[in-house]
Amino acid sequence: MAEIRLDKIRHSYEDRPAAEADFALKMVDLTWKDGGAYALLGPSGCGKSTLLNIISGLLSPTEGDVRFDGRSVTDLAPDQRNIAQVFQFPVVYDTMTVYQNLAFPLRNRGMDRSRIDELVRETAQRLDLTGVLDRRAAGLTADNKQKISLARGLVRSDVNVIMFDEPLTVIDPHLKWQLRSQLKKLHQRYNFTMIYVTHDQTEALTFADQIVVMHEGEVVQVGTSEELFERPEHTFVGHFIGSPGMNLFPCTVGDDGVRVDGMPIALDAPPAPGQVNGTSQLGVRPEFIRFDTGGLAVELTDVADIGRYRIVDAILGRHPFKIFCPEGVEIPSDNAKVRFDPRHANVYVDGWRVEARSR
Amino acid sequence: MIERTPNQKAWWLVTPVLALVAFNAIIPLMTVVNYSVQETFGNNQFFWSGVIWYEDVLNSPRFHEALLRQLMFTAQILLIEVPLGVIVALAMPRKGFWVSVCLVLMALPLLIPWNVVGAMWNIFALPDIGLLGRAVNALGVDYNFTQQPGSAWVTVVVMDVWHWTSLVVLLAYAGLRSIPDAFYQAARIDGASGWQIFRYIQLPKMKRVLTIAVLLRFMDSFMIYTEPFVLTGGGPGNTTTFLSIDLVKIALGQFDLGRAAAMSLIYFLIILLMSWIFYTLMMRSEGQK
Repeated sequence: MAEIRLDKIRHSYEDRPAAEADFALKMVDLTWKDGGAYALLGPSGCGKSTLLNIISGLLSPTEGDVRFDGRSVTDLAPDQRNIAQVFQFPVVYDTMTVYQNLAFPLRNRGMDRSRIDELVRETAQRLDLTGVLDRRAAGLTADNKQKISLARGLVRSDVNVIMFDEPLTVIDPHLKWQLRSQLKKLHQRYNFTMIYVTHDQTEALTFADQIVVMHEGEVVQVGTSEELFERPEHTFVGHFIGSPGMNLFPCTVGDDGVRVDGMPIALDAPPAPGQVNGTSQLGVRPEFIRFDTGGLAVELTDVADIGRYRIVDAILGRHPFKIFCPEGVEIPSDNAKVRFDPRHANVYVDGWRVEARSR
Repeated sequence: MIERTPNQKAWWLVTPVLALVAFNAIIPLMTVVNYSVQETFGNNQFFWSGVIWYEDVLNSPRFHEALLRQLMFTAQILLIEVPLGVIVALAMPRKGFWVSVCLVLMALPLLIPWNVVGAMWNIFALPDIGLLGRAVNALGVDYNFTQQPGSAWVTVVVMDVWHWTSLVVLLAYAGLRSIPDAFYQAARIDGASGWQIFRYIQLPKMKRVLTIAVLLRFMDSFMIYTEPFVLTGGGPGNTTTFLSIDLVKIALGQFDLGRAAAMSLIYFLIILLMSWIFYTLMMRSEGQK
């Protein structure tokens, strides 16, 4: 296991990248702590797989340095980096038995037979594969095949990091939960560094201690699920995490505070006008808006009852937005007024959050 | 219960198909069967002769020799074309501009009419005026396919390899292209060598298309007629007289209808039997997975 450091990584699939747009990965500078469980979250095409392949060595970055425990591995081939990767579709060697599949990476590293046998049996035990060890890998179900690809990584006891590239895509929903919790248990017990790529926020939130959110080739935020929820650093995070996503209003920032359509909005830490040059927006999650008779007058247009809570569609000035309304809270029938939680409403300039400089 | 009135009129709907099959398969085949059990001395008079023609063909050394030649030829071209096709497919680029160039080049021999292939190679290999024939002789090899049995044999084999390896290449290439990148990436992470990638990933994934390639090449080469007929006419002597060439000699050259019919049926049964054996063997190993 090792700490992984991505030092100012940029990557382009073009031969001679000139413009910023040529880069599939724009300046990623990140440290993955030893033994951490990370989720790499983002929509398709945001550069997740590129980043993963740079760590595993399948791609060599255009710029920057990859270091494992301080040692540069940028020029090392994948098999010399001692990493493991589980792909979207199960990769097994069809003609081999399960046993041979697990032994394969060890044999290629010239380990002696008795040690291989020991490791293979131990790993099979951990993943409940003992019963199928002598079966041909080709005939197994998708979830068992996916376990084999994981096992081929786990069997190397000194593996630096195990990377998962949307590994549950082809698994039946009822088995997904099972595999997910099994994986979580394995991680807790053996404490390997784990990077889990997904575009499914539930999966990311249940899995990881730290979530890395990517958007258009950039890392927009790294944080725990609470941090991503309560303080999205980028409007993309606000929109991508949470359902429904964060409300955004165009706003102005002046000496007298933040205003939406001229209406003053109270914030705990409003930025100074000097900090704002660009398009400014006010972002507040539906969960942080409350009905309050002393607040801003809004017009309610629709209420959707989603079992244990309701989502209210409303309009402030000219801007439609959503309010999250838990059980037991009454929705006013007319003259509705709302207040934004001053701690959880943020100003975004060109997509990025700004807050008052501490004085 | 609702009473069902039996209605057999639907059978009429099958008649066109029945007629079609009858005219293009059953009737011609039965005509051949008919010839094979009769003897004629002209005047369109036929006499029942039982299985005499079959015994005759099966006991004739001429048939044995042609069959042996045929088996040798098919075995040789399969042993050359299948591995060669796989090697070429592996060497072909996986993406970019050159993919289409390679594919077109590979498809070219398959698009040339068969007798043109024969004529081309005939001229190409002539020892006095052909480019190949002159070049080989200039290298100090005594080569004359019109007179030396060995030269003729090699020329026919090389011609078939030139003509048909592309088919194996295209099938194998399709098989290779269907392998997802993840397999190669996983193999690199597992530290697999190039040979291991071929042995454990590419070959198993190509198995299905290679089965089809072997089957097609077996059937086609076993029925080969046009190219060697144009190139060597079955000679020199009988050295490149394969089963179909022999059959035509008997049927049209000697107009020996009974013997030719019996031989056609035996020939047909051999191909059917061998294809069935191939297919069953290959499907069985498929089922073991």
